[in-house]
Amino acid sequence: MPTVVFSNALDITESAFTPRAFFTNYPLGNPIGRPGDRADQRAGLLAGLALLESVTKAGTVVHSDRVWTDSRDWMRLIFSAEQPFLSEEAEARRKVELGQA
Amino acid sequence: MTEHVKYIEKTRAYYRNEGYTRDYAWASNETAALTPLPKPLKDCRLGLVSTASLVPLGEHGEDLETPRIMGSNKLEVFDLPTDWPAGRVRSASEDHDRFQSDMSDLGAYLPKDMLAQIAEEGLIGGFADTVWRILPNYSKRKITNVDAPEILARARAAGVDAMVLTPV
Repeated sequence: MPTVVFSNALDITESAFTPRAFFTNYPLGNPIGRPGDRADQRAGLLAGLALLESVTKAGTVVHSDRVWTDSRDWMRLIFSAEQPFLSEEAEARRKVELGQA
Repeated sequence: MTEHVKYIEKTRAYYRNEGYTRDYAWASNETAALTPLPKPLKDCRLGLVSTASLVPLGEHGEDLETPRIMGSNKLEVFDLPTDWPAGRVRSASEDHDRFQSDMSDLGAYLPKDMLAQIAEEGLIGGFADTVWRILPNYSKRKITNVDAPEILARARAAGVDAMVLTPV
């Protein structure tokens, strides 16, 4: 089955080595496009779908040139003490689900 | 090369600091099969898979299923009708950047309505009647051996020619 992955995490996608992937450097949770921006979502979707026809080598990851914000602070802050990835409530819930509480 | 976040390094450091003693082993492969499209994209019927912990909502906005954040070792492939109203499904995901997005716009991560639209426009040959939902899971073996074969079977039964994978 031909597949194309829409990714916000370049290193994880490269490590997994998927047949074809389209990487957009947006924060996790936005693999297709910017929330509330149908034009950006459509651009992302169509660019990714095109890889189904154009890619000839497995492991290809094509990068979008779309930019989330002029500031790159979000890239520095994710998974930081300043911005814990999960809320305390979510962290506790996850530990229960994993049987580690 | 686009500047990008080194998530593998960052999460390793972050969770070690949180007191976890075992690093998560991210999927690591060196090969993959590249299955070509059987026909031009404009003639292909596409299917869609999401890991966004999607929860269908009732007429009054109530959850119709108990929200699930993480998968188990059991089969967890759930259907969602493609024409299910976008306003009646929410993501219970905790795997997004909560400081940047609140997951309130499905179009950012679940392009079901846009896939239906471009099918109508003739840019793709069609879109499956069902979206397949799976749950995030730390077990690669479970996803590979349990959920993935089930999705493949359902997609083939639905006449799908190619799959769009939208992980969150």
